[in-house]
Amino acid sequence: MKLLSRIYNALIFTFLYAPIVVLIIYSFNDSRNRVKWGGFTLDWYADLFQNELIMESLWLTLEIALLAAVFSTIIGTMAAVGIYSMNGRLRSLMMGVNNIPMVNPEIVTGISMMLMFVAIYRATGLLQPGFLTLLLAHITFCIPYVVLQVLPKLRQMNKHMYEAALDLGCRPFPAFFKVVMPEIMPGIITGALMAFTMSLDDFVISYLNGGSTAQNLSVTIYSMTKKPITPEINALSTLMFGSVLVLLIVVNARQVHDLNKQKERR
Amino acid sequence: MKSRTAATPFALWMAIFTIVPMMIVLWFAFTDGNGGFTMDNIGKIWQYAGTYVDSIWMGGLATVICLVLAYPIALSISRKSEHMQRTMVMIVMLPMWMNFLLRTYAWMTLLEDQGLINQFLGLFDLRVHMINTDAAVVLGMVYNFLPFMILPLYSVMAKMDTRIIEAAQDLGSNNWQIFRRVILPLSAPGIVSGVTMVFVPAVSTFVISKLLGGSKFMLIGDVIESMFVGDGCDYNVGAALSLVLMVLMLVCMSLMRRVDNGEDELGGMMA
Amino acid sequence: MSKKIIELKNIAVSFDGEPVLKSLNLSISDGEFVTLLGPSGCGKTTTLRIIGGFITPDDGDVFFDGQRINDLPAYKRSVNTIFQRYALFPHLNVYENVAFGMRVQKKSNAEIRETVSRMLELVNLKGFEKRSVSKLSGGQQQRVAIARALANNPRVLLLDEPLAALDLKLRKDMQTELKNIQKSLGISFIYVTHDQEEALSMSDTVVVMDNGEIQQIGTPQDIYNEPENAFVADFIGESNILDGVMLKDYLVEFFGRQFTCVDAGFAPNEPVDVVIRPEDIDIVEPIKGHLTGTVTNVTFKGVHYDTIVDFKGFKWLIQTTDYYPEGSVIGIVLNPEDIHIMHKSAYSGMFGDYSSYSEEFDELGDLQVSAEGILSAEEAAE
Repeated sequence: MKLLSRIYNALIFTFLYAPIVVLIIYSFNDSRNRVKWGGFTLDWYADLFQNELIMESLWLTLEIALLAAVFSTIIGTMAAVGIYSMNGRLRSLMMGVNNIPMVNPEIVTGISMMLMFVAIYRATGLLQPGFLTLLLAHITFCIPYVVLQVLPKLRQMNKHMYEAALDLGCRPFPAFFKVVMPEIMPGIITGALMAFTMSLDDFVISYLNGGSTAQNLSVTIYSMTKKPITPEINALSTLMFGSVLVLLIVVNARQVHDLNKQKERR
Repeated sequence: MKSRTAATPFALWMAIFTIVPMMIVLWFAFTDGNGGFTMDNIGKIWQYAGTYVDSIWMGGLATVICLVLAYPIALSISRKSEHMQRTMVMIVMLPMWMNFLLRTYAWMTLLEDQGLINQFLGLFDLRVHMINTDAAVVLGMVYNFLPFMILPLYSVMAKMDTRIIEAAQDLGSNNWQIFRRVILPLSAPGIVSGVTMVFVPAVSTFVISKLLGGSKFMLIGDVIESMFVGDGCDYNVGAALSLVLMVLMLVCMSLMRRVDNGEDELGGMMA
Repeated sequence: MSKKIIELKNIAVSFDGEPVLKSLNLSISDGEFVTLLGPSGCGKTTTLRIIGGFITPDDGDVFFDGQRINDLPAYKRSVNTIFQRYALFPHLNVYENVAFGMRVQKKSNAEIRETVSRMLELVNLKGFEKRSVSKLSGGQQQRVAIARALANNPRVLLLDEPLAALDLKLRKDMQTELKNIQKSLGISFIYVTHDQEEALSMSDTVVVMDNGEIQQIGTPQDIYNEPENAFVADFIGESNILDGVMLKDYLVEFFGRQFTCVDAGFAPNEPVDVVIRPEDIDIVEPIKGHLTGTVTNVTFKGVHYDTIVDFKGFKWLIQTTDYYPEGSVIGIVLNPEDIHIMHKSAYSGMFGDYSSYSEEFDELGDLQVSAEGILSAEEAAE
């Protein structure tokens, strides 16, 4: 039984990683042909950095992801604090609203915002589809993830902690920053990282809301897959996989750190 | 100042960027190009009924395959040591963080007529046409969304108190009975959220079908996309199609939740 | 015990339309140790939180030292609180936890150092300054919480079930220690608990609450010996509560017999509740007893036996150091000072019969604990 389950797990992991391994191997393939092995090369990596289209959209993606993470983390953290102190109907209303972007099909979310931006642009000439609309859309779909990360941390906190600070003479705002913030910080950081990666990886909403001027990496890749594909994409995939791996290891180390801290506390 | 007012920016933001846009979809769905009220857009949806059915069928199939594949691995991860659990969860999550277009594109390389799998099969003279078929699209869905099934299942199973299983053993259940009467009902919330997380994006995808299914409009996502991007745009019909898709998903999800509430039903289905 | 430091006048609070406190009046003297005692949900913690400034009453006034403080926020009140489960700041060490209030007030470092060391000495935690609070035991965390609250030099200290999380032995030690701290500082303590023994052994004044209302205020002796109604009689200690009629002053009738008692001031022939404490009953030979009954159940309790005796279908609990086997017939003698008379109240008939006796008191105790357990589990889930 143990052996059987090991073999099964190995098969699933193979299934999950096979395409990634293929991409990585072919990023070093010295042949334009996708399926033939023509020897080892790093040319595609060099070409990748020469490719202005890819590099530009890479910077745009990072810019958007960073800004979306910052704004959604601020709004989402404040929202979590507010929702935490609500009760009954108001709270379930807020949680319901928070869930809309998460349960709605992505394409519907994307289209609904696109229609609004188009309508505003047609009516007022403001908000031409581009960087700003892309950013607004990204902030919107990132907020719920932050809320869902911060809220549990607030609930885990001893609810008298904030009161204890007030009790000792602290005014409400300093009390929040001195006592509550350090407690929910792990949730805020995880939320910000999630927002960052969600934004980084997004395609559907960016495709519909970036207009022709603001194409993030996913949209650029999509437009490249329509033509005969250059192996530069393989090189890009490998680099992205590498950076995600590093990022995840960092996050994981952080979580282990937090976990140990929590254990100490008990 | 009450601390609940901290949620005001959130409430405003969500009202402007999710509620209002939904209203606008509604408005487009029930008006013609000049802004007059019409039911024509909704009427035109009937010609896409087949596409809806195909999408739900393929998305549903992918969801069921995901559930069947994910359940055993989630269970086995949840029974490992804490350190091992963390590592394995990370291994499951890692591909998810890779750009999903790239992952899907990689499958093109594998599935093509001249692709790696066929090169391998060619050694035995067994070449199979895989790319641009329904099966390839379902495979793409399963591949892309499998982690979304494994993770919620795992997190429910990991929280399960092992003493419950010991209690069941103590009361004389065999392994199958423990699974059927204890583990399965207790993991129902994980099944529900896993199914939700796979089914909705699978049914509404348009990238997977485009890359692995060829250029024809296979799924409702493709049709909706074509109504908003490129030539032959029709925002009004597109909005109506989106609206119906949204409603269908809501109905499917609430049905799913009802099945969850009557867990015997679910148990009966699975047994 | 001189002037009033805190006064609550006609306080009423409700949550989601449920009344939690109904027109509560209470005054607390400077230097007094007052305990609010009652089952969970009786409103005792709410009362404490009103004094602390965490709840604003819907109706009524709160006075501190003669000043109305309804609208004074918690951070401006010179009362400090020991919270349930302490609410220490996990990101700060012991020293910084105790120093927190003084840092807020921008006290000088020298003064902070002096006060912290004095406080840690007071609670026997010298040398723990640099420890992380998460590494302390429950008892030590409790001490840090006390030092932190007292470092602010409060006029009144509020304690919300501070010992509930400690084990029995530690709880007893901390009771004595808290009482000593209160005496040496000479400030008022307002102490919330559901543990009657804790209340009786520590307090100058006990306030028994139930259902959002004060049932009785008095010294521990008053509360035990002269319970005002069936609720107080049952909640504090064990009681046999019988229906009786007060024929005239100093004469009561129950079980068809007349007894001399020490109570007066009731209307002639007023129906009353009669309380007889199980330890006050003297067992004699059947022939010499005022009443005779049959032993139906005996439980060994260490110091004494809990003996259940059936008197004409009404079961009494009698605590005796002598062993009477099940089935034996005994007589009892009731002296006038053993009989306590109470007016009828809403609680009459709800308590006092031991016919369903099966470790009843222990069960009730457990129920309480588990109810609170569920409550805190819910809080955690919230």
